[in-house]
Amino acid sequence: MKHLAILAALLAPVPALADIDPSNWDAVTAEAQGQTVFWNAWGGSTTTNDFIAWVGERVMEEYGVTLEHVKLTDTADAVTRVLSEKQAGEDDDGAIDMIWINGANFASMKEADLLFGPYAEQLPNWALVDVEGKTVQTDFTVPTEGYESPWAMAQVVFVHDTADMPERLGSMQALLEWTQANPGRFSYPQPPDFLGTTFLKQVLVDILPDPSVLAVPATDENYADITAPLWAYMDELTPNLWREGKAYPPTGTAMFPLIADGELDLSISFSPGAASTAIANNELPPSVRTFVLDKGTIGNASFVAVPYNSGSKAGAMVVANFLMSPEAQARAQDPAILGYGTVLNMDALSDDDRALFDALELGVATLTPAELGTVQDEPHPSWATRIADDWVTRYGVSQ
Amino acid sequence: MNRRRFLPVLPILTLLAMLGPVAAGLWGTVLPAFGHLPAAGLAGPSLDPFRDLFNWPGLPRAVMLSLSTGVLATGISLAIVVLVTAGWSGTRPFRALERLLSPLLSVPHAAAAFGLAFLIAPSGWLSRLVSPGLTGWARPPDILIVQDSWGLTMTAGLIIKEVPFLLLITLAALGQADAQRSTTIAQALGYGRVTGWLKTVFPRVYAQIRPPVYVVLAYSMSVVDVAVILGPNTPPPLSVQIVKWMSDPDLAMRLEAAAGALLQLGLVVGALLLWRIGEVVVASLGRRWIAKGSRGRFDAVVAQTALVAGGFSAVIVLLGLVVLTIWSFAGFWGFPDAFPDGWTLRNWMRFGPGTLEALGETALIAGTVALVALILTIGCLEAEYRYGLSFSQRAVWLLYLPLLIPQTAFLPGLQTLMLNMGADVGRLPVMLAHLVFVLPYVFLSLADPFRAWDTRMGTIAAALRASPDGVLWRVRLPMLLRPILTALAVGLAVSVGQYLPTLLIGGGRVATLTTEAVALASGGDRRAIAVYGLMQTGAALVPFALALLLPALVWRNRRGLRHG
Amino acid sequence: MDKGLALRDVTITKGGVPLLSVSHAIAPGEVLTVMGPSGVGKSTLLAFITGTLAGDFLATGEVWLDGQNITHAAPHQRRVGILFQDDLLFPHLSVGANLAFGLQPGGSAEARKAKVDEALEEVGLSGFAARDPATLSGGQKARVALMRMLLSEPCGLLLDEPFSRLDAELRAQVREMVFDRARARALPVLMVTHDAEDAQAAGGVIVTLGD
Repeated sequence: MKHLAILAALLAPVPALADIDPSNWDAVTAEAQGQTVFWNAWGGSTTTNDFIAWVGERVMEEYGVTLEHVKLTDTADAVTRVLSEKQAGEDDDGAIDMIWINGANFASMKEADLLFGPYAEQLPNWALVDVEGKTVQTDFTVPTEGYESPWAMAQVVFVHDTADMPERLGSMQALLEWTQANPGRFSYPQPPDFLGTTFLKQVLVDILPDPSVLAVPATDENYADITAPLWAYMDELTPNLWREGKAYPPTGTAMFPLIADGELDLSISFSPGAASTAIANNELPPSVRTFVLDKGTIGNASFVAVPYNSGSKAGAMVVANFLMSPEAQARAQDPAILGYGTVLNMDALSDDDRALFDALELGVATLTPAELGTVQDEPHPSWATRIADDWVTRYGVSQ
Repeated sequence: MNRRRFLPVLPILTLLAMLGPVAAGLWGTVLPAFGHLPAAGLAGPSLDPFRDLFNWPGLPRAVMLSLSTGVLATGISLAIVVLVTAGWSGTRPFRALERLLSPLLSVPHAAAAFGLAFLIAPSGWLSRLVSPGLTGWARPPDILIVQDSWGLTMTAGLIIKEVPFLLLITLAALGQADAQRSTTIAQALGYGRVTGWLKTVFPRVYAQIRPPVYVVLAYSMSVVDVAVILGPNTPPPLSVQIVKWMSDPDLAMRLEAAAGALLQLGLVVGALLLWRIGEVVVASLGRRWIAKGSRGRFDAVVAQTALVAGGFSAVIVLLGLVVLTIWSFAGFWGFPDAFPDGWTLRNWMRFGPGTLEALGETALIAGTVALVALILTIGCLEAEYRYGLSFSQRAVWLLYLPLLIPQTAFLPGLQTLMLNMGADVGRLPVMLAHLVFVLPYVFLSLADPFRAWDTRMGTIAAALRASPDGVLWRVRLPMLLRPILTALAVGLAVSVGQYLPTLLIGGGRVATLTTEAVALASGGDRRAIAVYGLMQTGAALVPFALALLLPALVWRNRRGLRHG
Repeated sequence: MDKGLALRDVTITKGGVPLLSVSHAIAPGEVLTVMGPSGVGKSTLLAFITGTLAGDFLATGEVWLDGQNITHAAPHQRRVGILFQDDLLFPHLSVGANLAFGLQPGGSAEARKAKVDEALEEVGLSGFAARDPATLSGGQKARVALMRMLLSEPCGLLLDEPFSRLDAELRAQVREMVFDRARARALPVLMVTHDAEDAQAAGGVIVTLGD
């Protein structure tokens, strides 16, 4: 029993240190030195994993921060983890120091007070971020308020293999008609997968006469009416999906091999440059191109957030700041590496930094910013949750 | 002196290591299942979690899938193994099959499942090999094979892994069943080979392999990694859905997950009871069949079919490993080419470093756990030998308990409980969780050879004035080197293959080859999956090769130990 | 009487059923033969004397060896040697190492090796030290097993059907060798057998159990 008491004393949490002030950057970098940051980020994409590994090398060189990539299958795992830690009273050194996050996961963590901040707008590189032109201060219409910092822009593009499907499609109605003529050659990731849910939202945004009704939270009153056309559309679409809608690819990247094999002619991606990157990696045939709809497509930013109980907040902020640096942003935009859109404002950059971006070959399948057209707003996150749940009930459990 | 006190405690310690986490985990599941999660401000008891569970529209199908895949996989693998043994044991084809299947036992479930998927998908290797020549397919046909709604592919994936397991278990039981003489007598009485074996040997063999058969049933009903890779997803089997609920950001889902976990437990218990009733029915039908005296007209056909099925299941796993190897070296490989356009080391260069890191973690965990399990096991068996502290026949079932209770039923609860206790996630708790599953296998693997050791050797050594410890270290352990290394290899393979305990108890911080490989499954990058799958297979297989090789090397001049 | 092996009122029961009762003293160099059909508990008696009686048996009485009560001594401290019908050479050790196993600790490596060689020579097996025991003939194995036991310097010798595995010709030869060596070292010998010829050859008192 005596041993147990000593053990318990040893294991007892050290008194909480006062949280570091993000605006005192020198103090932040000083404290970050030697810290280990556990970045929980989806690990299904090897290109992203490679990029994160590179970030780890760079922050080690620059700031002496050790970055560990905790590869998730689902970002929600990380949210759960922080929640459980809070319940267990682990308030000082949780397992997670940083999360790749957005949308509903951010909304629920912010609401539950599970995030550290505000910090994002105090980071030095925030000055370079394109606050005007890109949706970096709202996340699915939820104000970020500095509780997460952006590191990549995403926009829905449709990926098609021109060898089998030469034409681009201008609208969701056109897509429906095309699947009727070409059954079994289109699919989308299974909701509640992020990209799959995005596809549903994209359908809704495109077929609604006035998508602005989606900017207000979904309620029991407005939900059924507004989404009725979506389900009518899906009922028509589903029988002509790949595998007749009895199985779905689990994620967006899982659709690339299906296109490469010729199982699919058409799929969607949330990363305008991903197709070019995949072509470079032998994962897609060179005949693949991308397109957006006439009315434009949904876009949003990817963020990182720091849990309230991270033991390495300074280190996490250093990583978050590095992610917004021209060096990291240019690398992320390189289609041979990641092909993610940048969050930076080109006009705010120095000539040298801008040259980094100008030098990039965007790749054969990547649309120019002009071609990407209008970015449509994400609906309020409450829509995504309800739509995904509804989809699961309608198509996800009954095949 | 210390040691003498220590040894008798080992059996208790072992039982505690095995059953403690299970009991704690179940307790941690029961509370939230009845609405009690004080940390989240929820106080029970309430039946809401169960109401939510039963309102989930996917439940009937998920439950059906859990039952059908489990029962089918167990029934079919058992039938194949029993009929192959009945028709062929002692023959050359049987030995060939045995040699083919034994190494496959250690191929991790996930790797075998990936191999199967890469093989039989519409764009898989089999389809590529015969397209477009035989099929006329220039593009993969739109057929639902992998992840089919009935879970048949998943069932097949389980069968190819359970056949080697049950075959080896059956072989071990055969030795004690006096099979050879019984079959000879039955055949002399005019019975066909299969019929004679079924009527005379099977009842005795089955009595011995019953616990492992139950393990297969419980495992197949609640498996997660194979189900994620090969199983349907609209809806998934119950176990997969439980893990999904566990990871939902909405806390209420945890309650539903706990309720689901209890339902899963109930399903497994129910299925085991049904199986038991089935045994009684089969036994009574069998007695009637025996009394009728039929000699077996279709024996030849049955035996042939079973051999083909057994061989087929082995070949599938092997081909799966081959196709993983091809993918791991593949450049661009479009359909319907039988082979990639080019071969490249790039995939290995790219994923190699990552796999090595995961291999290090895997080896550290598996090595420690297997070693601890081995020490506990030897301690228990030695205590049994010295002090007669043996598990009674009933207590032997305790060994099987951790393997009979579905992982999805107690691991989530264990995770919550460990957090509540302030035990940090990470390597050590993962090791303890692995120990729960590794211990029974190591014990079961070593117990028979350990007990079969001629105790007169011990008497002789004691008469030569060797102390009990001296007998153990200088005589018994060296003589049992091969079974000990085999048990160690079994422990390593079991630990390497663990998915759910690593994922849940490791809190994502512990990345082994298995968790990395299954995480990659959702990304669909076949080259990465192939590299990780092969590394995972290697991590499990190499120890077995060493377990065979090492004693052969050490005892190369000792003929008396070559077949022991 | 001090020297020798004495069984004092030894009774062994199993589950309350008496199995056997023996009370007998064996003088140094003498042989007591215990006979009886198989299953009568002959080997159980030996297990009692070596201290390896299985838990389901109950024994009363005492075993005295050279004036010491060894009834409750640990098996390895009783100094009672035993030979079974199988040679039971340790298969993982060479012939020489098997013999050295019996040798008491102490002495230089050379001295120990010399003792082993000497023992081998005594039974006509010079140069066999490095051999794998599994490559020996039945008679050779029996001789090694005997010498191994004698090297441990026991104060008494138990024989459990020691010759029943040997063919007729070897049997007489090995039997003679064993009894000769036992007599030469003045060991009290207790032999159990169901073979009348063995009993005859032992030339000592014969007790028959199970009548």
